[in-house]
Amino acid sequence: MSARVTLSVDGRAVAVAAGASVAAAIEAAGVAVFRHSVTGTARAPLCGMGICQECRVTIDGEPHRLACQTACAEGMRVETAAAGGSRGVGR
Amino acid sequence: MSAIATVDCDVLVVGAGPAGLAAAGAAARAGAGVVVLDDNAGPGGQIWRGAGAGVAAPDARAAAPWLDALEHPRVQPLAGARLFAQPAPGLALAETPAGPLAVRHVRAVLCPGARELFLPFPGWTLPGVAGAGGLSALVKSGTPVAGQRVVVAGSGPLLFAVARELKRHGARVLLIAEQAPRGRVARFAAGLWRWPAKLADALAHRAALAGVPYRTGSWPVEALGGEALAAVRVSDGRRVREIPCDRLACGFGLVPNAEPARLFGCAIAAGGAVATGARQETSVPGVFAAGEAAGIAGLEAALAEGAIAGLAAAGAGEIPAGPRRARERARAFGAAIARAFALRDDLRALARPETVVCRCEDVTRGALADQPGWRAAKLHTRCGMGPCQGRVCGPAAEFLFGWGAESVRPPAFPVRLESLAAAGEVPPGGTEGP
Repeated sequence: MSARVTLSVDGRAVAVAAGASVAAAIEAAGVAVFRHSVTGTARAPLCGMGICQECRVTIDGEPHRLACQTACAEGMRVETAAAGGSRGVGR
Repeated sequence: MSAIATVDCDVLVVGAGPAGLAAAGAAARAGAGVVVLDDNAGPGGQIWRGAGAGVAAPDARAAAPWLDALEHPRVQPLAGARLFAQPAPGLALAETPAGPLAVRHVRAVLCPGARELFLPFPGWTLPGVAGAGGLSALVKSGTPVAGQRVVVAGSGPLLFAVARELKRHGARVLLIAEQAPRGRVARFAAGLWRWPAKLADALAHRAALAGVPYRTGSWPVEALGGEALAAVRVSDGRRVREIPCDRLACGFGLVPNAEPARLFGCAIAAGGAVATGARQETSVPGVFAAGEAAGIAGLEAALAEGAIAGLAAAGAGEIPAGPRRARERARAFGAAIARAFALRDDLRALARPETVVCRCEDVTRGALADQPGWRAAKLHTRCGMGPCQGRVCGPAAEFLFGWGAESVRPPAFPVRLESLAAAGEVPPGGTEGP
């Protein structure tokens, strides 16, 4: 529980407990909007368990990763809607 | 063309929640070599999420003996591995952090659990609105809620467990709104003596949630806010109250994750669960199913069914009476929950014509109103055609319009192109086939 991991969310450094998800780190960074839908409305995690796909963000340059199912790693770079990550769907 | 990474096993277990852990342990102890796939970063499923990882969970002690199954020398656990295709009997394809993987197996035990039933209402897509189990899962993985005002709503005993988890993490739970009427909930509570462990759980929840109002016959009708949630409107059928809050945790019960079983060609029973027999066998020889995917009945049922399925998949001749009895008792509990927390018709009227039903494709209720069924809706409106592949809007549309689901085609989840490419170059199917 004591170990911390530091990563960046939209360019800002955030420290979270080891084992925390990327979704947790995004909210810890004060970001409420994870992505925008196909018609441009704000979205954030709904199911928390890898079903709904609403938490998709760009992680280390790879778009459409599920923030709720990805564990934070030291030095990880996360980009949400604010940074232009994962807009719309990956058709 | 290089063949993709391949592992061989006697028993493939899909899912490392309680059912999958019980199945893996039972199969390994009976002598089988087992591979366990789970798409989460760690084992435990939803109920024991984080119990084995750095994020502490109070259920860790209950989970520990079951998590031990993954330490068995004949068990190979693979975390972050998502099943997406079954190109031939005895051959499953998964996407893993290390790339695509083919798992050749003789038998399979499918334990993919359940998801929440989400029903559309105005504002339900706002950031700050999550599932009940959904917010609980997020919080168990570290999402901060300390000091935040949360309304918990929807249906079922899960709402108590969720509220307790949120409170433990420092949230201010303003209200638990249960849609079921008071009489049914009271009768359910009065019958809990038949399941002493559940009664103990219920009493512990009530003690931990002292001071948190629990209102039966109440449901959310609208979430308000601009870019994020600001308030929720809750109705009791006579009047509507507006409650300012930071989060709404809302789930209307559970839906079996039947997709992996559909992928394997297994028959689905009425109600959407995988059809299983006395040994947890499905309609496909060599394929078993256990836990919530085989019928919503809770933790004890999952553990018993998992143990039975694991033994059967390992080729055990006779199933001991212990798990069989535990399974029957637990299933009776599941049936009691289904009766007590059946959904009221009022919930079908929450979504307005402009309310989004399919969140992936932003298809509104109005756009679906003239469609004759699920298939037509998919073709004409793209409802259910987005990345979640209808897992959220499918059950909602079934509740709203009475539409049935349909078959699942691979890939069962969005996968990387390299995984799709790998599906075309898999080694010859199945070792001996189930």
